[in-house]
Formats: sequence, C-alpha cells, structure tokens
Amino acid sequence: MEPILNVKNLTMNFGGLKALDTVDISVEKGQIAALIGPNGAGKTTFFNCITGIYEPSEGLVEITPPGKPTQKLNGLKTNYVTERGLARTFQNIRLFEGMTVLENVLIGRHCRLKSGIIKAMLRSSSQKNEERKAVNDSYEILEKIGLNQYVNEMAVNLPYGAQRRLEIARALATDPFLLLLDEPAAGMNPQETKELDDLIVWLRDNEDLSILLIEHDMKLVMSLSDNIHVVDYGKKIAEGTPEEVKSNPDVIKAYLGDESEDA
Amino acid sequence: MVTKKEIKLSFVIALWFMVLTFPIMVIKVNTIKNIVIFRWENLLWTGIVCFFASLIWNYFLRMKEEKKKSDTKEDIPIVHRLLQNEKFKIPFLVAIGIFALVYPFVFSMYHTSILISALIYVMLGLGLNIVVGLAGLLDLGYVAFYAVGAYAYALLNLHFGISFWVVLPISALLGTIFGTLLGYPVLRLRGDYLAIVTLGFGEIIRIVLENWDELGNGPRGIGNIPAPSFFGHQFNQHNSVIYIYFIVIGLVLLTIFFVNRLENSRIGRAWIALRDDEIACQAMGIDKFKTKLTAFALGATWAALGGVVFAAKTSFINPMSFTIWESITILCVVVIGGMGSAIGVIAGALVLILLPEYLRAVAEYRMLVFGALQVIVMVFKPEGLIRSVRKIYKFEKIKE
Repeated sequence: MEPILNVKNLTMNFGGLKALDTVDISVEKGQIAALIGPNGAGKTTFFNCITGIYEPSEGLVEITPPGKPTQKLNGLKTNYVTERGLARTFQNIRLFEGMTVLENVLIGRHCRLKSGIIKAMLRSSSQKNEERKAVNDSYEILEKIGLNQYVNEMAVNLPYGAQRRLEIARALATDPFLLLLDEPAAGMNPQETKELDDLIVWLRDNEDLSILLIEHDMKLVMSLSDNIHVVDYGKKIAEGTPEEVKSNPDVIKAYLGDESEDA
Repeated sequence: MVTKKEIKLSFVIALWFMVLTFPIMVIKVNTIKNIVIFRWENLLWTGIVCFFASLIWNYFLRMKEEKKKSDTKEDIPIVHRLLQNEKFKIPFLVAIGIFALVYPFVFSMYHTSILISALIYVMLGLGLNIVVGLAGLLDLGYVAFYAVGAYAYALLNLHFGISFWVVLPISALLGTIFGTLLGYPVLRLRGDYLAIVTLGFGEIIRIVLENWDELGNGPRGIGNIPAPSFFGHQFNQHNSVIYIYFIVIGLVLLTIFFVNRLENSRIGRAWIALRDDEIACQAMGIDKFKTKLTAFALGATWAALGGVVFAAKTSFINPMSFTIWESITILCVVVIGGMGSAIGVIAGALVLILLPEYLRAVAEYRMLVFGALQVIVMVFKPEGLIRSVRKIYKFEKIKE
C-alpha cells in the first residue's frame, strides 16, 4: 500500500545544530502513527518542517491524498500545505482568543470558502449561502467533537480539556486527510485522556482520516498506535508496532539511559 | 465602603502632593516689588483635593477588581444589549436618525461644523479600526492616506476641474493603491517594527508635500477648493455646510454598513485570526500576506474618502493638516473607543473630537482635562468605551 505521507532524508539545520538528521517517516492510509522521543528530540521541529513553518534544509516531503497524484510539499507556505489536506494542532494551545468557539472553527473552513471582499460587502446570495453552509458545517463538527454546548462562548473561557478538543475541531474544519496532533493529551487528567483516546479512534474509523501524533503519555501511545516512530537527538532510532518498540534496546536506552554508564 | 488602608494611603499621597506642588502652588515671587508671597491656603486646598481624589480613585479601582472576580461571564455593553433587543432597536435607531436629520437646522453653523469634523473622524476611525482593531497591525502613518484623498481632490479640481462626486471614487481607488504600496514592504513586519515603518511612511508623504512646490504649493497649500455641488447647483456658504453635513452622514452610514458586513465575513474573521495568532492563522489555511494587504488597502480607502470630504469642507489644505499628531488622534479614537468595535469607534470619535471643542469653557485647562480623561478611560476601561462583542449564532438544536 502506498503511503499518504512520505518523508525521506529530512534534515533541518539551525546554524550548527542539527535538529533533524536524515529522518525517514511514512504514514499509510487509515493508520494512527505516533512520533515519540525524549524532550528536545526534534518531534515538533519535524511537524514544523512538513507543515511549512520551517523550510527543511534537505530532504523530501511528499503526500499522496486519496484519489490524487503524489505531490511534493517542500518549500510550500503553511497555508498551502493546509489547503492540500494536512491539518495540525499545537503543543501549546493556539486558539484565537478574541473569537467565539464557532468562529474558531469557521476560521478552519476559511480555505474551503471563496467569497472575497466585494462579495462580502454586497452580501450576494452566493456569499450568504456559502456562509450559512459554513456555519452549519462548523456546528456539525462541534457536535461530533462534543463541544456544541459552548458554541457562542469565547474560546479563551473554555476549560482546558475543551480547548484542546477545540483545536482538533478547528483542524478538522480544514477538511484534512491527515491530522497532525502535537501532544494532544498534554495536561489532561486521566478521564480526559480516555475521552481523547476514544475520539482519535472514532475520527480514524468514521472520518476517513489518518493520524500522526506526538505524545508523551506512553499508555495512550501504546494503546492507540498502529505504528510508532522513535526519534532521539534528531535521528530516527526505531520504528515498529508498540510491542516491537517497547522491547527495542535503543529505545530503552534513549528513555532510561545506558545501563553500562551507571555501572 | 472605604477601608482604613485606603484612608491612610490617600493621606500619604495628599502629603506627598503638598510637598511636590509646594514651589508652584504656594510660593509666588513678585519680581517687580522683589517680595515673596506665601499662599498657604493653596497648600490646604491641594491637600484636601488630592486626599479625596485619591480616595475616589482607589475606591473605583477596588470596585473594578471585585467586579472582575465576582462574575466570570463578561457583561455585554448596554448599547449592544439595546441593539440586540428588537423592541428597543428600532425606536433607538429612529431617534438617532431624527436627531441627525434635524441637527443642522436646530443648532448653529458652528455646531454643525464641528459635528462634521467629528463625523470625518468616525470614518477615519472605522477605517483604521480595520487595520489596528481587527487585523492588529499598528499603523502610525494612517494620516498619509487621508492626505492622499485631500490632495487628490484639491489637485484634480485645480488642474482638471473635476467635481467632488467624480473625485470621490477616484480617491478611494488612489487610497487603495497607496495602501497596497505601503502594505507590500511591511508585510513581514509586526508590532513595534511595523509602527516605526508606517510612522516613517506618514512623514514621507507630509515632507514630500511640504517640499514639492510644483505639486501642491508646498507649505502654502491649496486654497479655493470648491464645496460639493448638488446636480450642478452651488449652495451659499451656510447651506453648503448643511449639505456637506448630509454628505458626511451618508458616507458614515455607508462605512458602517460595509464595515459591519466585512467584520462578520470570511475576510473579517481572517483579520481577527491574524491579530490573535499569526502562526495558527496560517496553519488554518489563511494566506497571511493577502490578508494583511487587504486590511491595509481597505483601511486606506476610507482614509482617502475622509480626506476628500475634509478638503471640501475646509476649502483650504496644506501639509500642516496631516502631521503625525493627526495619526495619533485617530489611533486614540480607535483605542479609547474600543479596538475592533465599530460602535465603540463611533463613540470614541464623537467624544474625542467634540469634547475638546466643548471644553473651551474651561479655557487653558482644556487639554489638561482632556488628557486626564484619556488616562481615566484607559485605567478603568482598558478595553475601550464600548468593547467589541462577537456575533452570536443561533441554532435550533441548542433549544432542544
């Protein structure tokens, strides 16, 4: 089966520092893949490289959206990457605080809508229809994520867990085929983490999505993932199913340190 | 009511002010007779006034803090509540409409004239509100576009005899072009850096106008700019003011109408998203450059329209009307009125422009009172006179 995201040889230099060093990662359709590694291993840098926030120093980023030909993403601006069907959330919540929950989701719809300034000023019937449809679509997304009781609240007033979920809702509104989640469970209590676990599986099964997530909560990663990639110091050190990764000596070394050093 | 701590604090503050103002309030040197007069009664008054002023100040500060703690749900400004209530909305708007309609016939020409100035600032404020309030781009050179509009009318009329009504759309277009021109180089900038660059741009336009004699007579300016005509008919001076008043009212209504529509459209939301978080905004598929450019261009369009009306009203313009001070005033209108809030900006413009006029009663203390009021508004209402309220969407499903 052909991968929908194919990253080859990805390298990112910040001055003399190699934040990512020839990393290969691929994600297949319908998969939940995880990217794990100790703090500062380069996981978020990897996300930033493929979504166009950073321009990678070397390497290839390719996507194959379902039913479309393979395309290269290197050097594309962030908003074009999103348009091509990659949506992400952020490690530190980045909601639009001056807007309501619904409007946050509407922003996600932005790149799927067309009306420009003139149409908005004249409020033509096509603009009105588009707007109505966008609002309804956004509401449906909120319903799916279970945030519909907050529709008209300001995003900043939401409880923490709900803010995390709103980030996912906002990303879903861009109609992605691959969802990139950067530490979605960070700071959540066990109950919220459990709900998130269910949500991610539900998204994969019902929304025809593939998911790549960065996460530190190992219980969540092991129960969710089909495939796990491990990076350390910018290098990929292992890949495989949860069982394979758990027993991989390099991974144990990266997380717990080398036994021989202590001896 | 008032705590012991506050009384003690106010007492100390009063004492401090008595010491501080001693040289100017108490000592008076008569240089003719070479004697020093000590006005001790002034010391007492300073102390008493400072003491009570401090008490009131602290009391209101405490009230503000307590209010913030007590209700987590923010209260909606009264004006918005009135406008949301269908029963009040129509009589409220009709009352304002009738007032605006009879105003120039009831009040003198002087009052009409200052209201025209205030309404021009409403237009400018609403335009700048797009750039600063919605898109979050701090623009300190906004007056440049105002100058573009004013000079466009003055010059096109002087050289080609083009009338007010034809210049209006032309200047709007010119404003858009100049806005885009400024927008391009500053696309990558934000915050303080952007403010400095726009400040420079504003000064460039003014200095060019001041030194390019062949263009607009330099500092001597352009005079005899005709007032707008009514289907070829020129009014006398008195009626002309009334006519301009109605033109401005029309333009303000048009501005409110369009800005209101833009604010809750796809492009308006993109501006706010850009203001709140640039990176997240791009990650949601919004083209940052395009969004910034449209904000700049549209803001400039309204400034240019305001400029045309200004030139027609004063019938004389020179570069001194377009100094940095003007930009700051418009920025104050937006910030004190309420960033991103159209109703707030209207209120801000009316207060900030009309107040100094009507404060002439207190003569030389006019600007002191004005400045103090600005400080008070910012301390007690940092979000502006009338803060912005986002649109509420209704869904039938919620009621179930």
